[in-house]
Amino acid sequence: MSAIAVERPGANRGLGALVRGVVRAVALVAGLALLWGLWEGYRWLGMRGQWTWPFPVNETTMPHIHTVLRAFDQPLQPGGPPLRHYLFHYALFTGKEALAGFALGALIGFMLAVVLAHSVLLRRGLLPYIVISQTVPLLAIAPMVVVGLGTKGVQPWVGVAVIAAYLTFFPVAINTLRGLLSPDPRAVELMRSYAAGRSKVLWRLRVPASMPFVFSALKISATASVIGAIIGETPASLQGGLGYAIVNFNQYYSIQPANLWATIIVCALLGIVFFLAVVVVERLVLKRAPENFA
Amino acid sequence: MTAVSIRGVSKQFRAGITALTGIDLDVEPGEFVSLIGPSGCGKSTLLRIIGDLVQPTAGTVEVNGKPANRARRDHDYGIVFQDAVLYDWRTVAKNISLPLELLRWSRGRRDARVDEMLELVELSAFAKHHPWQLSGGMQQRVAIARALSFSPSLLLMDEPFGALDEMTRERLNAELLRIWQDTRSTVVFVTHSIPEAVFLSTRVVVMSARPGRIANVVDVGLPQPRTNATREEPRFFELVTQVREHLIASGAPLGDTSTPTLVEEPA
Repeated sequence: MSAIAVERPGANRGLGALVRGVVRAVALVAGLALLWGLWEGYRWLGMRGQWTWPFPVNETTMPHIHTVLRAFDQPLQPGGPPLRHYLFHYALFTGKEALAGFALGALIGFMLAVVLAHSVLLRRGLLPYIVISQTVPLLAIAPMVVVGLGTKGVQPWVGVAVIAAYLTFFPVAINTLRGLLSPDPRAVELMRSYAAGRSKVLWRLRVPASMPFVFSALKISATASVIGAIIGETPASLQGGLGYAIVNFNQYYSIQPANLWATIIVCALLGIVFFLAVVVVERLVLKRAPENFA
Repeated sequence: MTAVSIRGVSKQFRAGITALTGIDLDVEPGEFVSLIGPSGCGKSTLLRIIGDLVQPTAGTVEVNGKPANRARRDHDYGIVFQDAVLYDWRTVAKNISLPLELLRWSRGRRDARVDEMLELVELSAFAKHHPWQLSGGMQQRVAIARALSFSPSLLLMDEPFGALDEMTRERLNAELLRIWQDTRSTVVFVTHSIPEAVFLSTRVVVMSARPGRIANVVDVGLPQPRTNATREEPRFFELVTQVREHLIASGAPLGDTSTPTLVEEPA
């Protein structure tokens, strides 16, 4: 640390922020261009060389990217609305499931971490089962959960949200636990010197100290919840979401491969939207040393 | 009524290490007492026992005539560690008001006291800054302001300036003396530095290691207020020499005592 390391926050805004913004935009475009080049380059080489390994390269396995993009505009059935209309509504449907699952999973994960942070015994006893929970194949239990909850009169999309929560709670629980246990022993001593009870130590020290950890977990969980929702829809044959669209377009892949690729792009975009939402909230909530931002 | 009264205190850690044995010490109100000794002499442990943060194996500690536990619950003391231990997510002002929030002071009272404290440690311009925007010395001044914010009668300091450079340390020494006189509080101060102990204290308690016990007590009769000129007086050097000789006689490794070491829990 330098002698007097006092920077006025905000002194560097304006021009600096503009330059950073431009650099970011250029990097984004360059990244997309690189991906496009790799795809089209591989396709061109593969078709010229008639590669058969690891897969034969042709119009079906690797459609042109512009073909995929054009598919968004083409009607699914003659005279019907374009594909993007369907995909938009599918994404909303799956997004709703993922959001509910994300919220539920984050809440459960957080509460679990708070409980575990207060008891070594519970940590020892419960943590292995929490880890094991994540080794269970989701594809196997997803239909059981969705159908099983359905027989109890629960809406199918709620069942899918539960699957999404199942993927979400784990990183939140593990990271929050680490964050809750992260304060310096002297920071805890300080609270004891003020005769602060457990709940005050929790809310004034442990929870704020855990926030960077919580947000790293939420970023992982944000995309995991989207994946959970898609996977949850698939085996349960729940219609109306992106999982359903993937199963559906898979069946017509040999005729219209671009439809599946377009759906994949929408799935990725949905995940990115979730991720960015967490990043925005993190920036608003966390006020601390710049190096603590992931 | 004595500010701190220690009777026959011993501390053994689970590993069978005797950290402290047979400690008797009285600190009168308004005194500035330094605990000095080699690493491992248990001076930080003794400070924590006074603060009821560590339980003694034997003996009793009274603060302001009450058992240490009662005194802690009554918020009779403020504590400052070697690291400032500021909460990153709070501004300087909010860090200082933390104990006041825990004591359920009203918003208006808190704000007024925080302003007062910022003035005391000369950081009024930095109220809205975050800890990571301050230098080490400034952070430590915030920690002192926080410890004093609720006007405890006793201030416990565990090598508060040990991690700072010599220049900053001397400036903060002078500042601490001013604050001590302004607030009329009692200070128990742990340090590795002989000149620091002599400059600050009314009494210097020299401790020896393994097992930690009180080897000698040196009365520092230097007149108040002490200034940088104090550091150049012959009497100052005599006292420094006296403390050093006691340390050597008590078995402290030579040449190791005047420099701050980071053996105990480096930052």
